[in-house]
Amino acid sequence: MRHLLDTKHLSRAEAIRILDVAEDMADTQQREVKKLPALRGKTVVNLFFEDSTRTRISFEAAAKRLSADVINFSAKGSSVSKGESLQDTAQTLQAMAADAVVIRHAASGAPRTLATSGWISAGVVNAGDGTHEHPTQALLDAYTMRKRRHGAGSRGRDLEGMRVTIVGDILHSRVARSNVWLLQTLGAEVTLVAPPTLVPQDVSDWPVQVGFDLDAAVAEAPDAIMMLRIQLERMNAAFFPSEREYARTWGLTTDRLAALPDDTIVMHPGPMNRGLEIASEAADSARSTVLEQVTNGVSVRMAVLYLLLSGSNENED
Amino acid sequence: MSARTVLHAADIHRALTRISHEILESNKGPDGLVILGIPTRGVTLAHRVAALLTEISGTPIPVGALDVTMYRDDLHRHPTRAPHPTEMPPGGIDGKTVVLVDDVLFSGRTIRAALDALGDVGRPSVVRLATLVDRGHRELPIRPDFVGKNLPSSREERVNVRLDETDGTDEVTIGS
Amino acid sequence: MTENLLFRGARIEGGDVADIRIEDGRIAAVGTGLDADGARVVDVAGLIALPGLVDLHTHLREPGYEASETVLTGSRAAAAGGYTAVFAMPNTSPVADTAGVVEQELALGEAAGLVTVQPIGAVTIGQKGERLAELGAMASSRARVRVFSDDGFCVWDPLIMRRALEYVKAFDGVVAQHAQDPRLTEGAQMNEGRVSAELGLTGWPAVAEESIIARDVLLAEHVGSRLHVCHLSTAGAVDIIRWAKRRGVDVTAEVTPHHLLLSEELVRGYDARYKVNPPLRRDEDVQAVREGLADGTIDIVATDHAPHPAEAKTCEWPAAANGMVGLESALRVVHQAMVRTGMLDWADVARVMSRTPAEIGRLDGHGRPIAAGEPAELVFYDADATGVFTTSDLRGRGINSPYLGRELPGSVRYTVHDGRLTVDDGRVTA
Repeated sequence: MRHLLDTKHLSRAEAIRILDVAEDMADTQQREVKKLPALRGKTVVNLFFEDSTRTRISFEAAAKRLSADVINFSAKGSSVSKGESLQDTAQTLQAMAADAVVIRHAASGAPRTLATSGWISAGVVNAGDGTHEHPTQALLDAYTMRKRRHGAGSRGRDLEGMRVTIVGDILHSRVARSNVWLLQTLGAEVTLVAPPTLVPQDVSDWPVQVGFDLDAAVAEAPDAIMMLRIQLERMNAAFFPSEREYARTWGLTTDRLAALPDDTIVMHPGPMNRGLEIASEAADSARSTVLEQVTNGVSVRMAVLYLLLSGSNENED
Repeated sequence: MSARTVLHAADIHRALTRISHEILESNKGPDGLVILGIPTRGVTLAHRVAALLTEISGTPIPVGALDVTMYRDDLHRHPTRAPHPTEMPPGGIDGKTVVLVDDVLFSGRTIRAALDALGDVGRPSVVRLATLVDRGHRELPIRPDFVGKNLPSSREERVNVRLDETDGTDEVTIGS
Repeated sequence: MTENLLFRGARIEGGDVADIRIEDGRIAAVGTGLDADGARVVDVAGLIALPGLVDLHTHLREPGYEASETVLTGSRAAAAGGYTAVFAMPNTSPVADTAGVVEQELALGEAAGLVTVQPIGAVTIGQKGERLAELGAMASSRARVRVFSDDGFCVWDPLIMRRALEYVKAFDGVVAQHAQDPRLTEGAQMNEGRVSAELGLTGWPAVAEESIIARDVLLAEHVGSRLHVCHLSTAGAVDIIRWAKRRGVDVTAEVTPHHLLLSEELVRGYDARYKVNPPLRRDEDVQAVREGLADGTIDIVATDHAPHPAEAKTCEWPAAANGMVGLESALRVVHQAMVRTGMLDWADVARVMSRTPAEIGRLDGHGRPIAAGEPAELVFYDADATGVFTTSDLRGRGINSPYLGRELPGSVRYTVHDGRLTVDDGRVTA
């Protein structure tokens, strides 16, 4: 695997491989010595043009647990905020011999531009580009779902027949997009629920059901319900009239939590707006996978970095 | 490719039985023994050795698997290898006598990686090495404690171990 | 003293074969077996002779953005593409909203001497959309401005648009509208639809173009004025123009070569060479604008030649500038999209790329018939040639062409402006 830019182009075999290697990585995190020497001597650069402490720390932990050296580059206060271009930033990293670049950027497509530009020879991992994709988030979500469903017998399995409902701002969500493609690849059935203003204008060729009624979706008893964070700025651009109306109509309230089957898992990529898209009771219930998702994120990112950096790349695409 | 069989099924069984007796003798009994196989075929052999030890000694002997992929020193020279599971038996390895089991001992690099992996999992009191075949050409100062068969070979020759559980038959061949 | 020229064996607008004799800036004779009589003889057997092309929509960037293009480098690009006249859009710095700036542009064009540069005046001061610019002063200046546009920006305020449409009647002017509702296209990056949903790029919906066009044709009808619609790109917009013309509205429309050939599928790799405003649309829209051009609903082809420096096009998509260079490739792209598909013949090409643009822009001396007594503004085009379009085909400062690496038919061999060769055997002469 030379780059991980999206889940749209991730094959079923590749996706399951990543999840299976993540299982092995997770096992090592149970030991007293959590470190592995596999990426010793490799340099991983976290190139974060958008603020994100959580994802950056997760990638940093993953790289360090594999004994790689980590360099953190954040845009604030750096040369980028003074107008340095992506090209010049990338070429500086190349001159420092980075082996992998984990990039988060506000511009959709920036990781692909970086990967195909010829400016760097490092492998590129997309840690979230604009509203386009966030592949490692979808992978850790799938890992979490698989683990909850199959436990110790997860290796080699997909999510065939699993019914997943994703609720929230689909239009602006890279987490939603990455999940839609990956869940389809792994055999799950996906339903999207959102206010009509927050569904892209044309999703006719997406492999999903789309609805505006969360109560109807809850009544369908999905196996997993994933709540997406709603950004309050959207209110000012007339996507919905008020927080109150959003929470009432599309929030996972305590009533809706109670209406879900006991074994439906409640997911959220974080950070959560408690009381807005998700009630505290839902976030803290036994069905909630929010904290597992964070733990699993490190294992999945270890698997991704290992698969990107450990081989000779001779026979890669 | 011309290959000749150097060990048939019966030879393999005799070798493993002898190794099991040697392990018990050197350990003065079954206490504290943990058998760890190195994937893939080392694990199969470890399970056979553990079963033989259990039968001979009358005491259940714990068995597991130790994956060494991520400790190899040549990762960057080959296409990406997916790791195998590491399974520690209940009771762990701290303070135990761990016997590593592999099918073929060659350069010794796999065993070096296994020692590193073992160190990150716990702290055994003693580590021993059992191998079905020792084909020589060591590149590191590593020597086996228990050997099924010494098999002098040239570097270019290929030594293949097939086991019933994974390959449908028991045999060791050497060829070009 | 410029030499006289005799072009032998040209196919006049793709039709009859004839010789063309040029003397003192004019076509002296058109016929078979003409005498050379001291003129330089140029063998153009098999080549198509067209009236020099006229581009109603070009960005020459000077004054103010000379790093992207100058009037001289843009003139070279134009000549290389077979153009003898270009209308220069006013989004320069300072904006061309006064007699002074348009006269400056005219003078730069005359000094370059390769094509006629006809300045377009801004509709509003600074193109801000708030107050009318001194349209009358620009019209009566040496630059003789007849076309007014805030291109780059939409004249959005309906009252300002109405006043502009009324006001230009006084000097036979026309308002050329860049139809884009700004509120519906805030932060827009590409056409809104299936592809934008997948790529996570903010959409530029077709309705933002169509709703402005619909409003403007009704305004033009109401006040009895001419209207020109820039770079029309959607099937819905074609339908609206068709409807308006049937009603008798005096509206004309242009389409760019890239909207005749390229669709939004090209955006998938996030290569910013394909980023343009209005954006590349769906295959159905490409088909609709081709049919619109073929049936006369769309009157002309105009390039919207928009050069940018390399760093504005090699960066991540949302940070990249909008625009493609198009002068050098226009005729070849129209050849590929419209002639090869049988939708236009060469006489139609002469109409949509020379005659009608000159009429709309009220430009004398261009787009004339190829006949004795007419000004010598010509292009000779080899329709049988073919080749991969590369940076060596570009003559301006900008290399942001979406056709680099693509096979295109045809080749401009000779361009004649004011009786002089500006392109001689494929090479620009100055």
